[in-house]
Amino acid sequence: MTMETTPKQSWWNRIAHPGQFVTWTRPLLWPLTVLTALLFLAGLYFAFFNSPEDYQMGDTVRIMYVHVPNAWLSQFVYGVMTVSALGTLVWRHPMADVSMKAAAPLGAMFTALALFTGALWGRPTWGTFWEWDGRMTSTLVLLFIYLGIIVLWRAFDDQLRAARVIAVFTLVGAINIPIIKFSVDWWSTLHQPASVFRADGPRMPGSILTPLFVMFFAFTFLFLVLHLKAMHTEVKRRRVMTLQRKAAQGVGA
Amino acid sequence: MIDLGPHAIFIVWAYIGVAAAIAALVAWTLLDARATARKLAALESRR
Amino acid sequence: MTAFRAMLVRELRLALRGGGDMLTLVLFFVIVGAIVPFAVGPDRELLARIAPGMVWIAAFLAMLLGLDRLFRPDHEDGSLILLRQADLSLSAVVAAKLIVHWAVSALPLIVASPFLAMLLAMDLDTFWRTLVSLALGTPALAAFGAVGAAVTVSIRRGGLIAPILIAPLSIPVLIFGTGSITASQSSAALLFLAALSLMAVALAPFAAALAISSGED
Repeated sequence: MTMETTPKQSWWNRIAHPGQFVTWTRPLLWPLTVLTALLFLAGLYFAFFNSPEDYQMGDTVRIMYVHVPNAWLSQFVYGVMTVSALGTLVWRHPMADVSMKAAAPLGAMFTALALFTGALWGRPTWGTFWEWDGRMTSTLVLLFIYLGIIVLWRAFDDQLRAARVIAVFTLVGAINIPIIKFSVDWWSTLHQPASVFRADGPRMPGSILTPLFVMFFAFTFLFLVLHLKAMHTEVKRRRVMTLQRKAAQGVGA
Repeated sequence: MIDLGPHAIFIVWAYIGVAAAIAALVAWTLLDARATARKLAALESRR
Repeated sequence: MTAFRAMLVRELRLALRGGGDMLTLVLFFVIVGAIVPFAVGPDRELLARIAPGMVWIAAFLAMLLGLDRLFRPDHEDGSLILLRQADLSLSAVVAAKLIVHWAVSALPLIVASPFLAMLLAMDLDTFWRTLVSLALGTPALAAFGAVGAAVTVSIRRGGLIAPILIAPLSIPVLIFGTGSITASQSSAALLFLAALSLMAVALAPFAAALAISSGED
């Protein structure tokens, strides 16, 4: 009678191996994509056909349905990067730095979209495309941090070494982001012109919530799908670089 | 829906911009994935 | 303690060798401030209004200039690897480097600030506040700069990338630094500035040491 002695692998360890990770998560891609597409369709329907105009903002509230999810994602993706950075430094999980690298361009794009939609909302509401209020300014600084991280990734030759250094910087950024927000809010209340600009943004009455939630989930699932796919690509890209290096080192392998 | 109020142009441009950005993100992700997979297949077949 | 002191002495000697970059940094600081009137016009009222901000920007840029000297020479000749093996922890090494960096980069700026104040039509009261805010805020700039330099030390052209990483982190320093000079809540800003500097100087050596050892494996 033999006993099964190999320990059953927890899901954490199972996805630790890059090849395993790709294999295990590939079946998720298509269902997630379909779900995302459906959510966007539902969101668009609710945004344009099934929701009233805001009594204060008029129809421009419909811009909020794409602005708020992007603003949320810009912070959420940095949170994902922070957790991944901890995974790289503290838990040494092999997929953590892949997650960190894949998330950065996505986060940058969502932040840029938050600024873009915010500007287009600001023009009819405030009269200008850009206003140095607390939230927009903090989002702009966050965009600079994302872009700096992307530049860092491209500057390193050795991606594995890059991962640990960038993880440190990501954590430093994570600690500083609340400080930056606090200081920017303090600064904007100091310099707020004596006018009717509502620097804290629009309020959200209840009738607006349905399209907002649907769009919220649509964008979040979009990020999850793209992140997963990008992680797969990064795993393959590292294998490509390893093989290229081996090929360059000599044909007699 | 058709009547989007006096600021319709901003709403339209916001959604067009977001749609274009999402399309670009998706396209870049897919193209990157495909190019990398192709390179990987080429290298693995050569070994 | 003697190891730490030895590190301080080493850094000081290296920094001051051949006059060091102190004159260059001071010149850069004063020149950046001096070209402001050429760009915005010599109207004294306008200059006086933007003077605190311009002094802070000039200080920020000058400190960025001196950053490459912090880790790169040691990285290039292999001393950094030796320092990592030393008995003195890498965080302590970085702390020593940070102290000397501040002394060599920020103190000269503070000493040169009266000239800048004169050129930018600053009145005496504002000048004293500028002095205090620079003294309290430049340690934070040095600390964030050290983190940026440590992260980019193993990259070939890291000196170009470091300012991009440091600038967002330094925004609170600029906000509270200028706020403590001109704002209506200047005393609150000064306290925030001091707290920020304390926190940054306390934590930066650990973050920088971690970044250096991660990048050199």
